[in-house]
Amino acid sequence: MGSQWLQYVASGLTAGAIYALVALGFSIIYNASQAINFAQGEFVMIGGMTAVTLVGAGTPLAVAVPLAVLAAVAVGLLLEKVAIEPARKADTVTLIIITIGASLLLRGLAQLVWDKRVHSLPAFSGDRPLQLMGATVLPQSLWVLVGAALAVAGLSWFFGRTLFGKAMLATSYNPLAARLVGINTRTVLFVSFGLAAGLGALGGVLIAPIAFTSYDSGIMLGLKGFAAAMLGGLGSFGGAVLGGLLLGLAEGLGAGFVSSAYKDAIAFVIILAVLFFMPGGLLGARRSDRV
Amino acid sequence: MAHVEATVSRPAGLRLRQWAASPRGGGLLALAVVIALLPLVLGNNYFYEIAILVALNAIVCVGLNLLIGYAGQISLGHAGFFALGGYGSAILSGSHGWPTWLAMPSSCAAVGVLAFVVGRPTLRLKGHYLAMATLGLGIIISIVLSTEDRITGGPDGMPVPPLALFGWSLRGEHTWYWIAGAGLLLAVWLALNLIESPVGRALRALHGSEIAAETVGIASARYKLKVFVLSAVFAAVAGALTAHYAGFITPSKASFMHSVELVIMVVFGGMASVFGAVVGAAILTTLPQLLTVLKDYEMMVFGAVLIATMVFFPQGVVPTLGRWLRRGSR
Amino acid sequence: MRNFTTVRAVLRKGALALAGALLVAGSAFAQEPIRIGSFLSVTGPAAFLGDPEQKTLEMVVERINAEGGVLGRKLQLVAYDDGGDAEKARTFAKRLIEQDKVDAIVGGSTTGTTMAAVPLVEAAQLPFVSLAGAVVIIEPVKKWVFKTPHTDRMACEKIFADMQARKLSKVALISGAGGFDKSMRAECLKVAPKYSIEVVADETYGATDTDMTAQLTKIRASGAQAVLNAGFGQGPAIVTRNYRQVGLTLPLYQSHGVASMEYVKLSGPAAEGVRLPAAALLVPELLAANDPQKPIVTAYKRDYEGRFKSDVSTFGGHAYDGLLLVVNAIKRAGSTDKAKVRDALEATQGYVGTAGVVNMSPSDHMGLDLSAFVMLEVKNGTWSIVK
Repeated sequence: MGSQWLQYVASGLTAGAIYALVALGFSIIYNASQAINFAQGEFVMIGGMTAVTLVGAGTPLAVAVPLAVLAAVAVGLLLEKVAIEPARKADTVTLIIITIGASLLLRGLAQLVWDKRVHSLPAFSGDRPLQLMGATVLPQSLWVLVGAALAVAGLSWFFGRTLFGKAMLATSYNPLAARLVGINTRTVLFVSFGLAAGLGALGGVLIAPIAFTSYDSGIMLGLKGFAAAMLGGLGSFGGAVLGGLLLGLAEGLGAGFVSSAYKDAIAFVIILAVLFFMPGGLLGARRSDRV
Repeated sequence: MAHVEATVSRPAGLRLRQWAASPRGGGLLALAVVIALLPLVLGNNYFYEIAILVALNAIVCVGLNLLIGYAGQISLGHAGFFALGGYGSAILSGSHGWPTWLAMPSSCAAVGVLAFVVGRPTLRLKGHYLAMATLGLGIIISIVLSTEDRITGGPDGMPVPPLALFGWSLRGEHTWYWIAGAGLLLAVWLALNLIESPVGRALRALHGSEIAAETVGIASARYKLKVFVLSAVFAAVAGALTAHYAGFITPSKASFMHSVELVIMVVFGGMASVFGAVVGAAILTTLPQLLTVLKDYEMMVFGAVLIATMVFFPQGVVPTLGRWLRRGSR
Repeated sequence: MRNFTTVRAVLRKGALALAGALLVAGSAFAQEPIRIGSFLSVTGPAAFLGDPEQKTLEMVVERINAEGGVLGRKLQLVAYDDGGDAEKARTFAKRLIEQDKVDAIVGGSTTGTTMAAVPLVEAAQLPFVSLAGAVVIIEPVKKWVFKTPHTDRMACEKIFADMQARKLSKVALISGAGGFDKSMRAECLKVAPKYSIEVVADETYGATDTDMTAQLTKIRASGAQAVLNAGFGQGPAIVTRNYRQVGLTLPLYQSHGVASMEYVKLSGPAAEGVRLPAAALLVPELLAANDPQKPIVTAYKRDYEGRFKSDVSTFGGHAYDGLLLVVNAIKRAGSTDKAKVRDALEATQGYVGTAGVVNMSPSDHMGLDLSAFVMLEVKNGTWSIVK
């Protein structure tokens, strides 16, 4: 019974780490623009599919992974310049629809550039499962957890120590004040998209050996990442990570102990319950409206 | 304070002409004319089908527009209400033998009650959190519909008996065209009346600033809930009509994708514009049919069209066109 | 203000006229070709089925036209993508019947999309060959509806017969949330007692799930002697990998829904020893020299893999059979008269296709029996036939 517990936790945390990366992307873009980027899931897909193509063409994995992430960053930056910037003065709802259009555009392109089949990446360090206190864990799961942890650490350093990172944080607290002290909020938005794309793509590459990737694998991951970001409190980085891990755990434990058919429903019920009692998410700021 | 204008006696004909000349009344009249004359250009049953689907989608959008455009709330789960309206009517009339004229209203009323119960805690949330909560609700509904296959037929859906009135089975695209058209006119009329009424004014005040509205005595929570329930009932009615028209219903009608499609229709057409919602539904229901010639490029082109439209028409098609025309006629 | 509403009404009419023009332009054709309509799930959750079906139909129509067409006329394929949605399928079926005026329909990748179109083809009296698996499509028999794939009940029976031969009686089921999975699971539960099989566990997973270790852990503790995964798409590949990951060594059976090398490649070494029922299409090289299917499947596999650079799958084969059944019926009927083509379809005898030898009758609109299925086992990363 104890080892069953651990199995569920292990698989839940692996999925949770990916949700956390996607959720971070949502929070970063939200902080820069107050809008939800529904194309976030597609960045995950682009990362995975690009890596598959590169590896298929003979590139060694260690080179393909960073290249795939960079490719997704390029797409993110391009998307910001072409679709988001022209509309930056628009309503939040309008921006959301634009990102939905962007997600369809990216998926449609992926269909043409790649194909509609499901693809896999070779695991980074082999397939032999490890025995950890009665639970079997794939080495790739460890890569996922470590990779996500490194990304989070890198982000904290970036936001806490670098000037540009602090400028981005300032923009998220108060865009007007940030502009008054000379921060170029347009550049902040630009970089935010690149950063969010990179994080998503990293998640995509890490999870592809376990969960496969295809032109439409971004939809579900985007949705779950969004849910995780909301759970933790939109705009809070710690919240994104916490939300992602908790969502993954809820799914894993729900599937194991309650019902595998209803596992997704359980996760959403939990999220709804949290939101009803803590309307700002777990770590979100308690909002106070100014009259 | 009575409505002073109405008590001044004017000949009924003059009042009617004035109403028809107003933007709201004139629009309703124009819509009625379009619905009446459209069959002249509808060549075969396929075109009728598209027209019917446009009308049914427009009913949902008119209701959703009240919520998003006027009350300023967002719902990413309205497809759930749509599907529940359809499934409720299907189960009552199909599995339990209720006559459809009873099953349909009962199902829609039940959805209204559900919206009331669920709406109270949900509407306390704001902005993106509200979006998330409604999204979660929609997904939970779609999972339940897909999993409880003994009641709902599972992921492949269930058959739905045809609508029957006084022993007459209502089938066929031509009959349904008029049913859907009448339903749409009724929905638009209801929405217009609501907007003109004190409730409508309260809603617009809410949208402007909830706190300011509360300071002048508008019980914002009550009004938001009313509109939420009303929009849910609109969706349920459209869902039930669609189910009886198509002869079957599947859980994909409750999907997140469908909810998103509905929101896109509303925003695309123009928020805070009842006719915008109708136009949005019309364009976004017919566009995929036109784009099929593009085959593999369809999704990409659709996404590009969406982006371009929102960049150039940030307020939605109808209000932006309206503004251009007004600027042009000055 | 009045200008605004009339302009809007004019805009609407203009848009409709444009729409009408585009649609008419799309379907206008100089000569009188034979129009074969199709609605397939090329994108969406059933793309695994629809994509090879679409490719196959295009390939075969081209080949037939290059060889002179049918009855001296060219074949024209009118195909739409329903994305796996039954409502869209219904609208497209209506479009095919009313607007494109096709002579027959070969399509319906999934049971859901097929059943949505059934009332329409029955009312329009148009021959319809479905490419979907569930038994409900042809049982009870509907006058105008036929199908090419083996039923899910046949797959269950083939698998259970094999289990019985290996003296396995306690079986755990694991299936996905989709229509195919649920339908096959229901059929398997129904026929299990016939083969003295007791179902000791019944787990499910979601369509987009990426980790089934929880469900498999429960199965490991259930006392099962074998596991049957009724699913299709990427789920079974993940189940297979997780299977080895949690250390299960019990015999694993998959469904005909993953009858493709793609499944083997995705699952990697974990697929070793997995058994599944499939059409002979997957193993042309292993067929006996005098097997009547051998030339057909060898040619199809070579053409498909050569042209599309991806592994052949039984689903493409179903589309191949569907189209050729209709074409042969048209030839035998001597015209595209829908009633005559339907009668000719129903009278099909001895048609050798990718799925097997087809013998239809008024009470059997599928025409395959259990011998059309071969039990395959994955050995050294490729298929081998279980004797």
